[in-house]
Amino acid sequence: MTRYSAWRLFRNGLTHREWPAAWRPHDLRPSYDVVVIGGGVHGLATAYYLATNHGIRNVAVVDKSYIGSGGSGRNTAIVRSNYLTPEGVAFYDRSLHLYEELSATLNFNVMFSQRGHMTLAHNDSSLRTMHWRAEVNKLQGVDSRVIYPDEIKRRVPHLDVSAGARYPIQGALYHPPGGIIRHDAVVWGYARGADAAGVHIHQNTEVTGIEVSGGKVTGVRTNRGTIAAGTVVNATAGWASTIADMAGVPLPIQTFPLQAAVTEPVRPFLETVIVSGSLHVYVSQTDRGELVFGASVDPFASYSTRGSLEFIEGLAGHVLELMPALAKMRLLRQWAGLCDMTPDFSPIMGFTGVDGFLVDVGWGTYGFKAGPVSGEAMAECIATQRTPKIIEAFGLERFANGTLVGEKGAAAVGH
Amino acid sequence: MMLLRCPWCGPRNVTEFRYVGEKTSRPDPATTTPTQWRTYLYTRANVFGWTVETWYHSTGCRQHFSVERHTLSNRTRPVQENS
Ligand SMILES: Cc1cc2nc3c(=O)[nH]c(=O)nc-3n(C[C@H](O)[C@H](O)[C@H](O)COP(=O)(O)OP(=O)(O)OC[C@H]3O[C@@H](n4cnc5c(N)ncnc54)[C@H](O)[C@@H]3O)c2cc1C
Ligand SMILES: [Zn+2]
Repeated sequence: MTRYSAWRLFRNGLTHREWPAAWRPHDLRPSYDVVVIGGGVHGLATAYYLATNHGIRNVAVVDKSYIGSGGSGRNTAIVRSNYLTPEGVAFYDRSLHLYEELSATLNFNVMFSQRGHMTLAHNDSSLRTMHWRAEVNKLQGVDSRVIYPDEIKRRVPHLDVSAGARYPIQGALYHPPGGIIRHDAVVWGYARGADAAGVHIHQNTEVTGIEVSGGKVTGVRTNRGTIAAGTVVNATAGWASTIADMAGVPLPIQTFPLQAAVTEPVRPFLETVIVSGSLHVYVSQTDRGELVFGASVDPFASYSTRGSLEFIEGLAGHVLELMPALAKMRLLRQWAGLCDMTPDFSPIMGFTGVDGFLVDVGWGTYGFKAGPVSGEAMAECIATQRTPKIIEAFGLERFANGTLVGEKGAAAVGH
Repeated sequence: MMLLRCPWCGPRNVTEFRYVGEKTSRPDPATTTPTQWRTYLYTRANVFGWTVETWYHSTGCRQHFSVERHTLSNRTRPVQENS
């Protein structure tokens, strides 16, 4: 792998030399130790940590399309760790710390911009939840506190904090370490790192079946032939249940589209990420100056990634309630991705009833921020054949034994 | 805009309806095991393709009805008798 550096940037800039490909194509081997299905941040990070932390390098990541074509290339790139349950906070905080180091770890600039994250409360009950979250966060050393309209206004002058607003702002949960990241760079950085460590990345390789014999996985069938493997990881997010069905593992998951939109770029004016749970909307400004908007999932389950007019109407209305000054801005694009929603807004990770078939699914609308810690934990799970403590609460068996995690208060539209 | 055909009111914009979800049948609470109950509560087929589901015409006749919908194209058709 050629390392990137200021010197190479300078030299390639001057000489117009081509940058080398970040990862290589390979022939499909008839067998791998581990096949990871899904070339999003979760699948690639799992492969990367398998190779670098545990020396398991005979690994393939297969994707039916191109890497990052799923939610990992479509999300609104928000990273934070101010969750509500102790399990959630510990987990997402580890991810945030890995993200802070990621550019250095991968030698790839992932542009993590820690601009702060602010969740608005428009009524007493959400203000109470913000206090609750702040206290849970502080106990685990996560920087998170409740602030009031004067400080909110100081930090985000464009917000309408007047008492006459249709949804008056009573306070907010402010989380300084949160921010946004360049999501494509995270995908490409993990792909490059995994490739350098010996992992094979196979794009345009669709899994069409999973071979199970005597309760144990033996391989996967693909549109390019069968691959034998003793371990198969399902990291296909929105498509997770289609893959799990192939292995005979029913999942408590429903797939919903989630839409987002982006405006033309303007001068920087919005410092932090703004989220309003009650208005089902959130907004941040990218380093290029565009405003990125998101909302809650579409109102019915679907595998379609078409945008809808209803979404954009609702979104524009809510954004203008928060920041009336944006009325003349133009939207450039709108798109959708698929989200694998679980009943408790927490992921499903680790072993299943089928030996060698592991899941890293149920990422809903909040899985991008979890990419690094998930990859790290899944790799450990595979290498040690034990469930790491940090993901113990997220096992599939919790739906059978009634120990749900209950992250809805922090995850729904919180991004 | 997506049209959904209410058996009583005819085709209407989907925003008039509330999605109730995949058609499932509730086990008898008197005899069900906790496992069956939890499967009923949480596990869904989440089909990629044609699926039978329940909708509620919330801003119209306020009736529940079943419809078959393709989860990729979002095309709908009346529930086939034997499906
Ligand atoms: C609009 C939007 C905004 C979001 N905003 C945020 C946010 O701000 N912060 C956040 O943390 N999260 C956010 N999310 C959620 C986040 O994007 C996802 O949870 C995350 O990207 C999931 O990553 P993944 O690697 O598990 O799956 P994906 O990136 O979806 O990758 C799954 C891959 O599996 C492949 N696949 C599917 N079926 C097969 C098959 N049969 N064979 C081979 N490959 C297959 C797909 O091609 C795909 O590339 C958002 C999502 C959307 C859609
Ligand atoms: Zn009707």
